[in-house]
Amino acid sequence: MLYIKCPYCGYRSQNEFAYGGDATIKRPELNKEVTDKEWDNFVYLRKSPRGKHLELWHHVSGCRQWIKVLRDTNTHEIFNTYKSEDKVET
Amino acid sequence: MQKYSVLSLIKNAFSSHKDWEVAWKDQDPKKEYDVVIIGGGGHGLATAYYLAKEHKITNIAVIEKGWIGGGNIGRNTTIIRSNYMHDENGLFYEKGMELWRSMSQDLNYNVMFSPRGIINLAHSDAQMNAYARRGNSMRLNGIDAVLLNRQEVKNKVPILDFSDNVRFPIFGGLMQPSAGTARHDAVAWGYARQADSMGVDIVQHCEVTGFDISNGKIKGIKTSRGDIKAKKVGLCVAGSTSILAEMLNMTLPIETHLLQACVSEPIKPLLDHVVTFGAGHFYCSQSDKGEMVMGGDLDGYNSYAQRGNLPTLQHVLTEGIAMFPFLSKLKMLRTWGGIMDMSMDGSPIIDKTHIQGLYLNCGWCYGGFKATPASGFTFAHTIAQDKVHELNAGYRLDRFSTGYLIDEKGLGTKTWIS
Repeated sequence: MLYIKCPYCGYRSQNEFAYGGDATIKRPELNKEVTDKEWDNFVYLRKSPRGKHLELWHHVSGCRQWIKVLRDTNTHEIFNTYKSEDKVET
Repeated sequence: MQKYSVLSLIKNAFSSHKDWEVAWKDQDPKKEYDVVIIGGGGHGLATAYYLAKEHKITNIAVIEKGWIGGGNIGRNTTIIRSNYMHDENGLFYEKGMELWRSMSQDLNYNVMFSPRGIINLAHSDAQMNAYARRGNSMRLNGIDAVLLNRQEVKNKVPILDFSDNVRFPIFGGLMQPSAGTARHDAVAWGYARQADSMGVDIVQHCEVTGFDISNGKIKGIKTSRGDIKAKKVGLCVAGSTSILAEMLNMTLPIETHLLQACVSEPIKPLLDHVVTFGAGHFYCSQSDKGEMVMGGDLDGYNSYAQRGNLPTLQHVLTEGIAMFPFLSKLKMLRTWGGIMDMSMDGSPIIDKTHIQGLYLNCGWCYGGFKATPASGFTFAHTIAQDKVHELNAGYRLDRFSTGYLIDEKGLGTKTWIS
């Protein structure tokens, strides 16, 4: 079982969290003309790396905050967790 | 190639079965091939087989990082079906059913195809309506479908929970009588043996480390066992597709996820069909050895680890026990995991790419095993003719940007949303 450190609540079991996918995906800016290519990148295309992956998790059965988790997709090791507004270099 | 038959079995019994030929040879890679298939799983081997058989291309190598039968072809729950609503899927998988029925004869290898029928349970009136609609769509495409009421399901699968106090009572179900199971590793071995006999080189323990591309054209691949020149290269690597895509500077509409399966201790014959839960994601069949073969949801986060986590297994088996209360009394014999190439609409991709001579076969999500023959058949056509077959014309790579999604069940990578 994954053991995830919520930046607000501390260590909690995976059961309390829901997965939100790749955290490096940026939504196209509002009020701006968006090309089909940009929508395609945002909605469908994913790098899905083997190794370090910055991802969103929702502490849905806890504080209900969205957080970022830097995790290895090969070993499931969690390196660090961040608040959703934190800038993370990957 | 030595033909397998009752006579050859008797003949070899006299020499204590010591003189059987090897089923396929473990080849070293040559310097150059007409076609290189990356990935020696079911799809890769089937592609090589159909390239040799249908298109008379035999200067082929199948490059496998691990060993034949060690990937998803040996990790699935062996279910074969074509109970899809959309034409693109229904017709494609029904071609597969046709190939499954004659596979043991075609390959001269007993794949133990068992058309025992699949029943999808319905737990509400609305679900019965949806199943009636799907069944009608299937029948329009020439696929057999029977809508069962509660009593008919009870007659076929009496061990389901038909008591009054269940959270999801059984209203009925949709059955595809021609669906079933097959022995999965026999499929890999059968295709490998036939492909080998037609001159295909099967290269195991050979990992692809890069690609040789110039002027938008594929020239060859780099591997852990040296460079190999190739006129055409086909990718059939399921959960590892994104790793190769990164080497090709491609970003694909897929994510790699982890899916678990498990088997119980063997028990006496009890379940004659494949049965799926309609209020969640759980499916179950009984193997010829008597084990209950079970599977369900993804673990739910990107993963390349071929091993799963207990919370998902517990969730899946909770659904199983809701369906079959007796399961709680069985001991678990084995659990394992495999990595799935989850596409964003839940349907596969078999297409050419923007690189000339490079072909892509991926996005099989939960259901790659049943597609093995149809995938090999159409992918071989796509590679040999440099154009898609009419059966895989809908499985385009650009369907996400152009809006031609095949959202059979609205399932993509985030399956827990729907």
